[in-house]
Amino acid sequence: MSVDLSPVMLSIFLPLFGAIVAFMLPRAAGAIGLATLALTTGAVIALARDVLINGAAILPLGGWGAPLGIDLRADGLSVAMLGLSCAVGLLVSLSALSSLRGPEDARQRQYFWPLWLLLLTGMNGVYLSTDIFNLYVMIEVIALAAVGLTVLSGTTAAVRAGLEYMYASILGALLFLMGVGFIYLQLGRLDFAGLAEAEPTGALIAAIALMFVGLALKTALFPLHFWLPAAHANASAPASALLSGLVVKAALYIVLRLAQHMPFPSETFLTLVGVMGAGAVIWGSIQALRAERLKLLVAWSTVAQIGLIFVAFARAGEQGLSESWKAAALLILAHGVAKAAMFLAAGRIKDEIGHDVIRDLDRAPIRPTLAQFTFALAAISLIGLPPSLGFIGKWALMEGAMAAGYWHWVGVTMAGTLLSVAYFSRVFAGFLRFDRVRAPVGEHQGWALADAAPLTLAMMAIALGLMAAPLLGFLEIGYALGEAK
Amino acid sequence: MTPDMIYGAAGIAVFGIGLVGALCAQDRLRRVLALKLCSVGAGFLLLVGAWREPPGTPDPVPHALVITGIVVMVSATAVALALIRRLHSLEAEDER
Amino acid sequence: MMDAPLLPLFILLTSLLAAPVLFALPERAAKLRTAINLGMAALKVALVAWLSLKVSEGVIYDLRFAVLPGLEFKLQADPLAILFIALSAVLWLITTVYSVGYLEHGPHRARFFGFFSLCVAATVGIAMSGNLFTFLVFYELLTLATYPLVIHRGNAEALRAGRIYLIYTLAGGLVLMLGTLALWVLAGSTDFVAGGMLADLAAANPLAAQLLFVVLIGALGIKAALVPFHAWLPIAMVAPAPVSALLHAVAVVKAGAFGIMRVVYEVFGIDTAQALGVTAPLAALAAVTILYGSLKAITQDDIKKRLAYSTVSQVSYITLGVALASPIAAVGALAHLIHQGLMKITMFMAAGNLAEGLGVKRVSQMNGVGRAMPGTMLAFTLAALAMIGLPPLAGFVSKWYLAQGGLDAGHGWVIAVLLGSSLLNAVYFLPMLHRAWFRDAAPDGAGAPGHPRIGWMLAAPPVTTAVLVLVAGSFASAPFSPLEWTRFIVAIEYQE
Repeated sequence: MSVDLSPVMLSIFLPLFGAIVAFMLPRAAGAIGLATLALTTGAVIALARDVLINGAAILPLGGWGAPLGIDLRADGLSVAMLGLSCAVGLLVSLSALSSLRGPEDARQRQYFWPLWLLLLTGMNGVYLSTDIFNLYVMIEVIALAAVGLTVLSGTTAAVRAGLEYMYASILGALLFLMGVGFIYLQLGRLDFAGLAEAEPTGALIAAIALMFVGLALKTALFPLHFWLPAAHANASAPASALLSGLVVKAALYIVLRLAQHMPFPSETFLTLVGVMGAGAVIWGSIQALRAERLKLLVAWSTVAQIGLIFVAFARAGEQGLSESWKAAALLILAHGVAKAAMFLAAGRIKDEIGHDVIRDLDRAPIRPTLAQFTFALAAISLIGLPPSLGFIGKWALMEGAMAAGYWHWVGVTMAGTLLSVAYFSRVFAGFLRFDRVRAPVGEHQGWALADAAPLTLAMMAIALGLMAAPLLGFLEIGYALGEAK
Repeated sequence: MTPDMIYGAAGIAVFGIGLVGALCAQDRLRRVLALKLCSVGAGFLLLVGAWREPPGTPDPVPHALVITGIVVMVSATAVALALIRRLHSLEAEDER
Repeated sequence: MMDAPLLPLFILLTSLLAAPVLFALPERAAKLRTAINLGMAALKVALVAWLSLKVSEGVIYDLRFAVLPGLEFKLQADPLAILFIALSAVLWLITTVYSVGYLEHGPHRARFFGFFSLCVAATVGIAMSGNLFTFLVFYELLTLATYPLVIHRGNAEALRAGRIYLIYTLAGGLVLMLGTLALWVLAGSTDFVAGGMLADLAAANPLAAQLLFVVLIGALGIKAALVPFHAWLPIAMVAPAPVSALLHAVAVVKAGAFGIMRVVYEVFGIDTAQALGVTAPLAALAAVTILYGSLKAITQDDIKKRLAYSTVSQVSYITLGVALASPIAAVGALAHLIHQGLMKITMFMAAGNLAEGLGVKRVSQMNGVGRAMPGTMLAFTLAALAMIGLPPLAGFVSKWYLAQGGLDAGHGWVIAVLLGSSLLNAVYFLPMLHRAWFRDAAPDGAGAPGHPRIGWMLAAPPVTTAVLVLVAGSFASAPFSPLEWTRFIVAIEYQE
């Protein structure tokens, strides 16, 4: 049997190989991690080029093929998600290199790289899978690595949050597995194509609903979000950036895939999803308004933003579901980039001024201007102000809702936007108020090379908005599988 | 009642018991055990899919799935137990 | 002459690219910063002059790329855009000189000038937007760029004002997004087209068109400080004087008024808007704002607050002129866009000089300031008299056309509103002038005559703009004067 070194294979197995090597050679873990990331990014770029020229790429593993064997498939959406995890991952890795430098971080440094590379393996696996059992295995891999990253800082709060996260994650995965079992009982196959051809019977919808609940638990959709704020707020900055920027996206991506391929459930089901999303937008925002610490505020804003993405799923009605995934996909990409930037910036701010209590941000004589600027840019995208990608995503969401006459979802989106302005402006006030400091405050303090990675991410979040048209065109490559139904 | 119905119902019931435990139990260890029950229930259900009326041979795919599921769950359990131990010692330190 | 299709982009980039450079300059590099600021501002004026020449020759500039399928980011340079860019480019240059002098030893200059540049970039973008979507993008950018300027002082009062400013303007931006989306969904286009593009929609679904009008004008009315959305403007007075000048004369309220023009003339079209019956209520609202702002101005003792309420009143002249739906009134409205900018910027810079040089911040402290700072007060006086509408100053020209337009459109009551407003202007401006020139300063009061120490960078700008007020009024019929350019635009907008 020949060894097939296609970019599809490489983008899963390079990180896996890197994780093992980094674990065995802890002294060189950082270098190995960065090299792996660079190589994986190269593979993804090659894959993107391939998909752009030839359309979706299918790779049967072990030569068996669907429905029995495991197929890997890369279409526009998959590659966009791979690109997200590599681009964000590469920049977060650069930032981790500088933030985990001290001698007290030795233990963190030792485990960060293997865990993170394992996480990347799982995520890339999710984005290339075409059957739901494979997805189950991959989300478990992600869960194990993500919990490891959560507890890496080693504080009691982090371990406690990590354990909560572990429970939620395993339960979510098992609910998903239960749904997989039901689907196999009914259809006798587990691949997307089989799902797309199936008749929407009540039992099938029930199975899909079970899987959805499991995924909602993993992606922290209100009211199943209880584990997220503590986990994301207590992890170290690069880990938070990966967890909030990338990990929740894996479960969201599966929801997106199911939305593309599953038989249409029912209007009530979609409305319920939208109501949960709206609840997340409102409740997450209220908690963000009340949060006392910067990282907790950012974590609660993730809850709210994820809710908004589910509103994007709900807003389109039966004929619109094949369209509405685009708005959701844009929002997922926008949130991934911007939230990673924001968590890294929040970590930088905390490093420079020594704490992250929002009320006392304006008492600090040191103002890490560049990190604050990064935070503000990321906030612009998360709020959804032009010309950021977040704005384009919101535009697409509201356009679809308006065209379908769902004005209530337009209202929810607008309310969410205003609330996000309210909670982020608490932070801006802390950046820009100066009369509570005794010492003179100058500009350009606390600039460091470590600001480069988050700033790049934040600028990407803004600039991608201007490239939304080609991005959307790319996302649609290979969507034909969904049109088959 | 055919055997597959019995197994299926048992699987669902075990999953349900585990679910209640995972949501309601206070003790950390109990919650892990409850999650284990859930996974056993899900495994049961998958095995039902393998069952065929006697002259036919059982479908091998669910067996492969269940074995994979067991492996995944073993590692998850190990991580959870390690975290619980770590938390115990951290909390003991904090109290001192 | 060389043809440069990217000229509008260059004009945008002069200030957009200056911003990151200015942010990154260290605080002590004052000379380099000033050089960049003035260099870019001068370059922009030159490019705008070139652009106006080309546009008057009939060259069409149109830059676009798709942001979403069918939805374009579009820059164009039509005569209406030129009117607004020319105003902002010239006043940016003058305000930059003034700001450099004003902030000579203040903190956070890198940040200030960075956002200042962004603010002008946003204004230029607003002027050159070829559709409502692009307009929205720059409109929000303007909000974001002005917020740090409003709270520049960084104290509790500034932050409170900043929060109110942000709530008003971002809410306005969000409603504008809603309106733009609705326009996109209903009409399938957000383009600005001379003569409007909603005639079909208005015929098919007048209620939707009317609602759309209310949403769009309401959103723009927040920045244009139309009653009842005007409350943020007087509160934003805590900002430093050059920022106030920017808010009132160059950028923010103007962006609102300019947007109203675009929406009425080029989205709905004046005939369609009239047929929908929405122009008369808008005119009435503008009239109410004119009188209300003037009445409130009388009771303010704080000089900048008085000026702020005066802006509320004066900017609505523009809205009134648009809503009257008469070509003659339109000439008045467009001319007032320029004239009000010149007059108000003069007064704010003069008020800033009084505060800087003499510590005078209230009307009751103004006794004898005319003798202490004759140049500044002469400029202030000229601008105040122009506001009241004394011929041949700039304000008179706009009021004259507005009144004629009112008669032309059959709205005789407009004359009463204009007369009433002029009377009220006199009531709140003349006492200031009387105190400044004819009363003796209190021996130890804040306005005690001495040698006010303000440099030429503070003294020269208001005098310059005051001269422009005089010139714009006296030579209103000269080629390339605001009024003449205005006629050129109105001929286009009322072509059908």
